[in-house]
Amino acid sequence: METSFEQKFGVSEAAAARTRRIRKFKDETAKATITLGGISVIAAICLIFFYLLYEVVPLFLPASMEERNQLVKADWDSPIFSTIEEQGQIGLNVEPEKAYFYYTQSGDIVENIDIPLGDIKYVSREAPSTELIALANEKGEAVILKHDYRHVFDNDNNRTIYPFVEYPYGEDTIELLEGNRLKSFSFRDNEEKLTIVAANYANEVVIKRFIKTESMFDEEVALEEQADIKLPAFAGEVNKVLVSLDQRWLYILEDNKQLEIFNIEEQPERLGSKSLTPEGAEVTQFRFLLGGFALLVGDSSGVISQWFLARDDQNKLDLYKIRDFKLADAPIISIDIEHRRKGFIAGDSAGNIGFFNTTAETNVINEKISDNPIERIIASPRGDVMLVQPKGELPSIYDINNKHPEVSLKSMWQKVWYEDYNEPEFVWQSSSASNDFEPKFSLMPLTFGTLKAAFYAMLMAMPLAICGAIYTAYFMAPELRTKVKPTIELMEALPTVILGFLAGLWLAPLIEHSLPGVFTLLLTMPIIIVLAAYLWALVPMDLRNRIPDGWVPVMLIPVVLLGGGLSMGYTREIEMLFFDGDMRLWLTQDLGIDFDQRNALIVGLAMGFAVIPTIFSITEDAIFAVPKNLSFGSLALGATPWQTLVRVVLPTASPGIFSAVMIGFGRAVGETMIVLMATGNTPIMDMNIFEGLRTLSANIAVEMPEAEVDSSHFRILFLSGLVLFVFTFILNTTAETVRQRLRVKYGSL
Amino acid sequence: MMSMKEWFRRGEPWVWINGGAVAISMIMVIGLLGLIAVRGLSHFWPHTIIDGTYHKPEGGSYRIIGEIANEEWVPAIRLREAGIPIEEGVDEVHRLLVKTGNRDITGLDFRWVLADNIKDITIPDDILNVERLEWGNYYGFLRSVKENGQVIAEGDGAHEVLFSRLNRAIALSEQITDIEKGDIGAINYGLEKLRLKRRSLELEGALTPQAEADLQAERAEFDARFKILQKERNDLLADLSRDSFVAVNMSGVETEIPFSKVVNIFQPNGLAFSEKIVFYVERFTEFLTRDPREANTEGGIFPAIFGTVMMVLLMSVIVTPFGVVAAVYLREYARQGPLTRTIRIAVNNLAGVPSIVYGVFGLGFFVYFVGGSLDEVFYPEAAPAPVFGTPGLMWASLTLAILTVPVVIVATEEGLARIPKTVREGSLALGATKFETLWKVILPMSSPAMMTGLILAIARAAGEVAPLMLVGVVKLAPVLPVDGNAPFLHLDRKFMHLGFHIYDVGFQSPHVEAARPLVYATAFLLVAVIAILNLTAVMIRNRLREKYRALET
Repeated sequence: METSFEQKFGVSEAAAARTRRIRKFKDETAKATITLGGISVIAAICLIFFYLLYEVVPLFLPASMEERNQLVKADWDSPIFSTIEEQGQIGLNVEPEKAYFYYTQSGDIVENIDIPLGDIKYVSREAPSTELIALANEKGEAVILKHDYRHVFDNDNNRTIYPFVEYPYGEDTIELLEGNRLKSFSFRDNEEKLTIVAANYANEVVIKRFIKTESMFDEEVALEEQADIKLPAFAGEVNKVLVSLDQRWLYILEDNKQLEIFNIEEQPERLGSKSLTPEGAEVTQFRFLLGGFALLVGDSSGVISQWFLARDDQNKLDLYKIRDFKLADAPIISIDIEHRRKGFIAGDSAGNIGFFNTTAETNVINEKISDNPIERIIASPRGDVMLVQPKGELPSIYDINNKHPEVSLKSMWQKVWYEDYNEPEFVWQSSSASNDFEPKFSLMPLTFGTLKAAFYAMLMAMPLAICGAIYTAYFMAPELRTKVKPTIELMEALPTVILGFLAGLWLAPLIEHSLPGVFTLLLTMPIIIVLAAYLWALVPMDLRNRIPDGWVPVMLIPVVLLGGGLSMGYTREIEMLFFDGDMRLWLTQDLGIDFDQRNALIVGLAMGFAVIPTIFSITEDAIFAVPKNLSFGSLALGATPWQTLVRVVLPTASPGIFSAVMIGFGRAVGETMIVLMATGNTPIMDMNIFEGLRTLSANIAVEMPEAEVDSSHFRILFLSGLVLFVFTFILNTTAETVRQRLRVKYGSL
Repeated sequence: MMSMKEWFRRGEPWVWINGGAVAISMIMVIGLLGLIAVRGLSHFWPHTIIDGTYHKPEGGSYRIIGEIANEEWVPAIRLREAGIPIEEGVDEVHRLLVKTGNRDITGLDFRWVLADNIKDITIPDDILNVERLEWGNYYGFLRSVKENGQVIAEGDGAHEVLFSRLNRAIALSEQITDIEKGDIGAINYGLEKLRLKRRSLELEGALTPQAEADLQAERAEFDARFKILQKERNDLLADLSRDSFVAVNMSGVETEIPFSKVVNIFQPNGLAFSEKIVFYVERFTEFLTRDPREANTEGGIFPAIFGTVMMVLLMSVIVTPFGVVAAVYLREYARQGPLTRTIRIAVNNLAGVPSIVYGVFGLGFFVYFVGGSLDEVFYPEAAPAPVFGTPGLMWASLTLAILTVPVVIVATEEGLARIPKTVREGSLALGATKFETLWKVILPMSSPAMMTGLILAIARAAGEVAPLMLVGVVKLAPVLPVDGNAPFLHLDRKFMHLGFHIYDVGFQSPHVEAARPLVYATAFLLVAVIAILNLTAVMIRNRLREKYRALET
């Protein structure tokens, strides 16, 4: 009799088919889900790399500019001063007989300003952020005004800007000089005093100073005029005068070539003179860079140079030419500086314009936009909008995309001559309270610190870990090995914050306190151990045989403790004997080595401790996995165990040891908490073991929370993260590949 | 007898040097753990308070009362250079660091004194150690207890009154804290919710007079409740400030200390050994369950423990499924070729990438990018204050999940690889689909491996600090991430963490010296937790190996 499907299996054929379909569906769904999930987890991991890259790439993207519009309604009569406000929406023009605010969109006038001065010919500008300017005419009358902007938001968050003008020192004009017509003037204003320097056509220079007094009642500032100081007349033709922001230095340009420098803090004192241009060229533009300290000199050969005062080896102050920028071959006829960065824009008589950054020494944009000379070039405070007017053309507005001009490979990896420094140096100093601060983004001190910390850590960890691993894998009694290995591996799980805390708060004072003891310990420990070994060899054979092979470490524990105890216990006596009672003093005075409490030695010890388990564990595996028949063969031929180890086992395992060292090094390079807590985090470049350091990782931990999002600083921190990522990844991959190969090799033996 | 030369040639000294390296490493590990344990655990033991006369080396003397916190031997020259006259012929001096407390009176609560110059040391039983809310400990002798400014007990009987009044004060303070943290906290939370609701209606243009009135009514309700609670709290406060006591310190100055400023009072010198043990346990419990005080340098570490646990739990919830799925995919579904091998090596290596890199990624991607976008879409009413666009619990957990996912993947994969092929084939031969085999056979068998991975991940996450500094940890969180206000779990809140607590208190706090024992105790706790987790992982792994060894035979 034929049994039906149902009788055979207890379910109908249709039901079975349905179950099968469901099972198949489940199986396929699971496959799809798991595949999707797995791939997305792996993608998420890859995302780290790409995201870091995404944040870093803008640093290296070239700057660009795009013409937004022409100011078609502009009817300008050779303005002597032009500027644009923060948002780039409204501009200010001062012409000889009138002044007005205008829309940068069209050139339409917003508002006319009534200036209590006629026939204006000269302008001098305080630091751009103060928005204070002084205007003067040839008669030598001047007035100081401040242009300001009120921002009003309506309900939909739309901004309307209302410009206005104030006269902080009243609308009365100030008499700059008598006699001959005014040729040039410069003014500087700070909380205490106001300095105005004026020069006339007779080449006489007058320094006027006002001391500020604040009235008790209404906080109104009154100016108290000091006696004028007259410099002796100059032989050459005085073209321009400039006063530095600190009102200390007076620069006088003579004959468009020669610069006279005076210290005018007290009575004027001549510092010297300098020729600003090479033979055959003359100065065409002369002004300060942001910060009122460094000078920008544009000349007729198309070169703009940066100059500032620095001291030489003998501590003598002099003006140095720091760097040159070349726009094109035509004379530079207009320069404007950025208000937040050490950058400037320049135009020449052939219609070229260029964007430059002095710190990074970059020329981010260099373009010819017209055939006519660039008469006027103005940067907005944020540096994102530029107004250009070639001669005889309408002014136009450009949108500028120039986010990170201060970053270049040179500014990150080479020595840079920063303002206020006496020579080019590697400096990391990312931020400061001041607005005209020059950020110093040299990654060299940080990279150096990272490698220094890793170097000392490896110096400490490698001998201990590798030697320990050799003994554990090759000589140690098996029952002891099962205890030792997990204990040392447990170290790896120890949070580094705890190691850092102990290093900073316990080890650092301890070492500072008993420096001689620590060094005695490091130097004598191998000797003590060898001595103990020799003494043990002298012990009668039958006594020696009672202790089984492979228990040396246990026997040595009391020896090491005793040696350590003695060195630390007699640290004072050693100090008395060799270092006149104070080793720190001896180091600093006799050897000239600086000593910080939290120094590279501490980092080396603490971080060494952190990488020992990594190196130990991998090395031990590598040696232990060397096929036993190799060493048996060697031993059978009469080699001692040590000879076998050195000649047979270690050469076979050496790639494994190498990869262990690489992985350990990778860990030391990226470690954050230990270096953060055990060093002073000073970004200095000095190999001295007794001085602190700052590593890339600690730098990220310290500065990242404060970095402004998407600023150059922020992206550079991302860059250091990316560098760490790539570096450790390459190290680990190489090590891993070496280990894989080794495994194959062992397999074939 | 072997000659020296022969001995060297055989390589014995080198073997011993290698052995020495093991000995040194072991001493370091055990010494370190011992150091943390001893220093961390001794903090809670009641320290003896000494009472003596200190003869200053430069002349003059004063009474000194305090605990001996540390001691050291210093070269005499260093002290002479610092201007402390030391007799000629003395090379080294024994110095004691005495914790004299009373920071409000003397300005500093620790001082170094020369051990030999403390004379007439006694250990009186009735010295009080007063733990205060402000200014650290107070050491001194009880004079009298006051109620509403009137002396109610003096002399020997005063101690009994002191402790009964203390218990009353403690009970009252607890009530006040309950009101402040619980009820008033809830009201503030509710008011903030109302503000956001109003703003969101405003943004939608739906703020009708009706809605406005409703909101007003709700707010009025909150205000009314607040008034009642405030009155209740003020009454309690008034009650609390009724009592005070007068004590005299080492320089003879009498100070009146209100009970409202007192955390606890004890007389360590008078305790018997068994009482000391009880005291020890109490102090330890307090340490685990109390909030920190005085810029984290005193009190307990409960919020830090809670924050660490919350973060680790969330991380586990995220990391386990993803890690397991990825491992299953790599081992069971992906075609085993060079690509898979490369991915495997890459995943392996991610465990070696510095943790700070993950922190940078978390801050940039999760906090600013994802969080910022979430805020724009879902929380426009909170602008400009960020909700998720700022470091917080969720981002910290996610960042650590990414950090630890390689650990889980590697461990799970190892577990999957260890399952004998025969088991898999048997299941398939019986007609099970691949998924059924996976679900019913392979995953259960490899679950110990997943556990191991998870435990290792947790141990790593609990000890990581560097990335957390960027993505959500703060030195002092005013509220816990979990509370009684819906939705109970606040993923956007910042939290405290044991590891960061160690860093912060040890390195950023104004009274490092006073906080040091506490840091050791915190460190001990962290090390203990992590060591236990790791040992568990090792045990599970070993048991797992045994199990499969049995299967293979």
